[in-house]
Amino acid sequence: MLSVKGLKANVGDKEILKGLDLEIAPGEVHAIMGPNGAGKSTLSHVLSGREGYEVTAGSATFLGQDLLALAPEERAQIGLFLAFQYPVELPGVNNTYFLKAALNSLRKARGEPELDAVSFLRLIKEKLKILDLDDALLKRAVNAGFSGGEKKRNEIFQMALLEPRLAILDETDSGLDIDALRVVADGVNALRSPERSMIVVTHYQRLLDYIQPDYVHVLAKGRIIRSGGKELALELEEKGYGWIDSEGQAA
Amino acid sequence: MTSARAVDDIVKSEYEHGFSTEIESDTLPPGLNEDVVRAISLRKGEPEFMTEWRLKAYRHWLTMREPEWAMVNYPKIDFQSISYFSAPKRPEDGPQSLDEVDPLLLETYEKLGIPIEEQKALAGIAVDAVFDSVSIATTFRKTLSEAGVIFCSISEAVHEYPDLVKPYLGSVVPHTDNYYACLNAAVFSDGTFVYIPKGVRCPMELSTYFRINARNTGQFERTLIVAEAGSYVSYLEGCTAPQRDENQLHAAVVELIAMDDAEIKYSTVQNWYPGDAQGKGGIYNFVTKRGDCRGARSKISWTQVETGSAITWKYPSCLLRGDDSVGEFYSVAVTKGRQQADTGTKMIHIGKNTSSTIVSKGISAGEGQQTYRGLVRISQRAENARNHTQCDSLLIGDRCSANTVPYIEVKHPSAKMEHEATTSKISEDQLFYCRSRGLTEEDAVSMIVNGFCKEVFNELPMEFAVEAQKLLSISLEGAVG
Ligand SMILES: Nc1ncnc2c1ncn2[C@@H]1O[C@H](COP(=O)(O)OP(=O)(O)OP(=O)(O)O)[C@@H](O)[C@H]1O
Ligand SMILES: [Mg+2]
Repeated sequence: MLSVKGLKANVGDKEILKGLDLEIAPGEVHAIMGPNGAGKSTLSHVLSGREGYEVTAGSATFLGQDLLALAPEERAQIGLFLAFQYPVELPGVNNTYFLKAALNSLRKARGEPELDAVSFLRLIKEKLKILDLDDALLKRAVNAGFSGGEKKRNEIFQMALLEPRLAILDETDSGLDIDALRVVADGVNALRSPERSMIVVTHYQRLLDYIQPDYVHVLAKGRIIRSGGKELALELEEKGYGWIDSEGQAA
Repeated sequence: MTSARAVDDIVKSEYEHGFSTEIESDTLPPGLNEDVVRAISLRKGEPEFMTEWRLKAYRHWLTMREPEWAMVNYPKIDFQSISYFSAPKRPEDGPQSLDEVDPLLLETYEKLGIPIEEQKALAGIAVDAVFDSVSIATTFRKTLSEAGVIFCSISEAVHEYPDLVKPYLGSVVPHTDNYYACLNAAVFSDGTFVYIPKGVRCPMELSTYFRINARNTGQFERTLIVAEAGSYVSYLEGCTAPQRDENQLHAAVVELIAMDDAEIKYSTVQNWYPGDAQGKGGIYNFVTKRGDCRGARSKISWTQVETGSAITWKYPSCLLRGDDSVGEFYSVAVTKGRQQADTGTKMIHIGKNTSSTIVSKGISAGEGQQTYRGLVRISQRAENARNHTQCDSLLIGDRCSANTVPYIEVKHPSAKMEHEATTSKISEDQLFYCRSRGLTEEDAVSMIVNGFCKEVFNELPMEFAVEAQKLLSISLEGAVG
């Protein structure tokens, strides 16, 4: 589904991704862990097409298409979704209106008819339940004045609504209280399917207790330096990244 | 000999030469003097009081100087090169077909979904009976006259209802007010008159669009709306389609008068042709709009969405004279390309317990320049006056600018004043967030801009609000990047 090969990317003169490889098959959940500043968010941004990064080498193919050649909205239209580490506020833009516009633009791109207001509301009610979100949030402006946890839940709510083929969750767990973590994890699990893949970026093993990954990768200094099963996360929790650094190097 | 006398003499001497020969022609030659003013009045068959009224204004105008303080730049206007009276345009004067019209203008019409026949009319091509407005207008007239509402051209009103026009005309914006208003008083071509009798709630939104003869009212338009005690009227001015006009200078005057417990809601969506990419051919719009809350508990609200014009200079204002009267000003102004706008409002609190609300949303893109200028004056006897001002600017790109210039004069200690101002920019983060959800950059901008303007759009009548949103999206297309 996604194949990243030898990806290098700069911000200004600084190289942040230094030859990154990642293969994701349909239905798989990959966790990416790694120290602060390792390049995890940078990877998410480069894959979703944010400006300000210069790809200097490598490739990223998504569903057979050259991902890096597409505009951000085109990537979304073929099924890529990024749940932001820091969701952006859109003051004055009504949340329901925003969601409807987003969903319809995806549908349009796929050649499906736009949803009318009634079917849309029905759909949205259904998805709200999964995330246990207060529907008062729908009447407010996108993320504006949302609490940290509400913003994160809203991201997953959007994912539930937009039904992407590949979702990248960038530290969706940070800032969530224990109950919310559970709700979000349940929401994510409900969306797991043989056609849908996920990249879950996190610092905490705890999330992976709820969302069981098929693979765990350690991203450090712009590279995947170690990959393994979910037991790798446990090991990291115990020993920290320092352990990998030395052993990863030796191995 | 003083210079005023000298001017007077020149005027007189020209008068001695007579103008009788000129009366025969349809269009007055360019230039302005007393003869021209008389000729205008004569041609319109106006009663004596109007002729005198115009002449008084003209004489005063000669003593005035063109203002220079607005933060806008434009080449000096040669007032002697303008023709102040033209008979309705002959078909051969305008463009003959859509092929002769600025393709960008046509593109906008397409996007607004304007039918082809109507496009022609807007572009100034002569067409016969385009709109079925004649029949619509007839129905309207019937409903209105049953309610006792007068809604007609101001020329017609001068003939038919001189007693209603005479006491009010110039009573809110006297000819001495400012340079352009003074010129307008001397030479105004036509405009609209609305009269709502006591206790009547006008049964429909009044719109110039539905008034026959509303076209070609020319560059010096004059509007007078009188709402008698306890009445209500909502008036819509303008048109979302960019209108081409031969006349570069527009100096309109709008006067509103609200008696006890009366309410006037005046909404404008204006989209004058801003000129081509270099700003050539754009309209200069210098307008004086003022509402007089003459009666106790009266209310006047101005709502405007302005996207056109090369240069805009306007400050719809309220005189809050009646006790407990209310003034409101809601505005969205967009400047892009090389447009310049200097707009704002004045709220003059005179009566007791008067309150005013100002919500101004300025959007600047490209190299647009925009200045908001707001005056709130609380006079000595305006006990317990309140004002809330909110002034927000949204910048799109790095080359545009927005200035906010609030003037506040408080002469009564009980006044409660609140002022909020913000400047924000559409951020890369916001655009990326929207795009990552599948929206194009243009959709994202228009969504954010519409959100920014919501408080103002909420004040517009429903269909106008929808059109205004569409208009904004179209006018900001390509504004980013
Ligand atoms: N726009 C930028 N300008 C300069 N440096 C940047 C920019 N964006 C990212 N970086 C740098 O790139 C490096 C990687 O950042 P990134 O946000 O990808 O890390 P991360 O792995 O997501 O970290 P965290 O766990 O803290 O979220 C950091 O050193 C960061 O300072
Ligand atoms: Mg990060």
